[in-house]
Amino acid sequence: MIELKNVSFNYGGWDVLSEINLQLRRGSFHFLTGPSGSGKTTLLNLCYQGLLPTTGMVRIFEQDVCEMTRDDIAKMRCRIGVVHQNCQFLDHLNVRENIRLPLVVSGCEDEITLSNLDDLLAWVGLAERADALPAELSGGERQRAALARATIMSPDLILADEPTGNVDWEMAQRLMALLVELNKMGKAILIATHDLNLIRTVKSEVPARVLRINNTKLQMPGADL
Amino acid sequence: MKIFRVILEVLSGDSNADRVVPPSGFTARLTTFSAAAMAFLIVFVLALSLAMGRLAAQWTLELANTSTIRISAPESQMVPQSEAVLEVLRTTPGIASARVISDAEQRKLLEPWFGPDLPIDNLPIPRLIEVLEEGSGPDFFGLKLRLSAEAPGAVLDDHTRWRRPLVIAATQLRILGLVSILLIMGSMAAMITLAAQSALAANGQVIDVLRLLGARDVYIARAFVRRFTLRAMFGAGAGTVLAMIGVLVMPDATEEGMFLMGLGFQGWHWILPFLIPPLVAFMAFWATRWAAFRTLARVG
Repeated sequence: MIELKNVSFNYGGWDVLSEINLQLRRGSFHFLTGPSGSGKTTLLNLCYQGLLPTTGMVRIFEQDVCEMTRDDIAKMRCRIGVVHQNCQFLDHLNVRENIRLPLVVSGCEDEITLSNLDDLLAWVGLAERADALPAELSGGERQRAALARATIMSPDLILADEPTGNVDWEMAQRLMALLVELNKMGKAILIATHDLNLIRTVKSEVPARVLRINNTKLQMPGADL
Repeated sequence: MKIFRVILEVLSGDSNADRVVPPSGFTARLTTFSAAAMAFLIVFVLALSLAMGRLAAQWTLELANTSTIRISAPESQMVPQSEAVLEVLRTTPGIASARVISDAEQRKLLEPWFGPDLPIDNLPIPRLIEVLEEGSGPDFFGLKLRLSAEAPGAVLDDHTRWRRPLVIAATQLRILGLVSILLIMGSMAAMITLAAQSALAANGQVIDVLRLLGARDVYIARAFVRRFTLRAMFGAGAGTVLAMIGVLVMPDATEEGMFLMGLGFQGWHWILPFLIPPLVAFMAFWATRWAAFRTLARVG
């Protein structure tokens, strides 16, 4: 699904990632850990062509990212749900409209019914806040809304950067349960997190693997907790 | 056909696509106002150039079928030379009629310059003969030769020297009008392009979010293109209507005030102003589309 081969990335001569080799297959579940500033977010960005590698090759859905046209990138991103740390929304649209935005831009609006959307809102605990504007949401609510938006299209791959950073333990478990369900449906998941408890909880349900970035290198998959 | 389909799509719209771009108050009003002001100017330039062209064409037509023979001769020779000229004209092909302009008519012609009390009988004013032409007119070169032989004091004026500057002026006025309209349209296109670029720059976060969610450039561009096209069209429509009301309340053309009055449309020319709003919309469509794709390519 996603393959990184000898990928390096640097900002103005400063190496952030070097010689990264990684494969994300259909139905895989990976956690990405590492100290702050180790390059977790950069690696996630490389996985949806948010950034291009300085050297090496990134293939997403069998296509080299450097050879993708702008339309190819758009099509590819329709198949990937992304949750950023700083969840960005369209500030003039309410939560419900923001969550269904991926359906709108891809023209798949008919594929999800209103009740599906309400179920999703209820699952992430935002049923009561559906008509609120993003500016009125707390940090945790924004993260939940971002996760709902990333999953509404039932994408092939979900990339999440600290998706539970601002939510309480109970809500974090609910959100992870949603991701586990999606994983069981064959979706690949890659989550950057520091939360070891969360990793343990998920690993008790699915065979998740933990990756660690240290000194710009990715420690080999398999180095489980 | 593809272009018409695209324009139809833009006009029919997509309420969801429209919603993704936040309402932009000031830029919107500025674009509409600019389009209205420019359309207003275009209507007036159009009316002015059409009216001037019409006026010059009318003068040209009036002068084109007539000639004048001026006889400057001593008092005793005036009548014989006049009769000789009339005789020559009677036998010249291409002449429909010829008549001597009476003293009263000459007084009336000179009245605007010398006043009503001009003692015309005491002045050595030349005799004028008005000649009406038919068909392609007479052979002026041959006629001049015959006149110089039969009436040495007769001078033929076929109005060419009056007519030529008028034709040139009419042509230049039309070109000037056309150039002015093109310049106004160009300025409007530039303004709409700048407004669209500024709107796109101001909505950088919206574009980032849409791209993250897999929106294609054409989808993002369409939301902006539709908005600016409709604004420009409504603005141009309002400007055109206001300008046409202005043209309608202008005084009608009269013989006394031909230069200043008669600014307006006649006959099928009334259709022309109605073409301005769709033309402006078409131009706004391409200007915004170009600006949008250029900006999206740059920020991508």
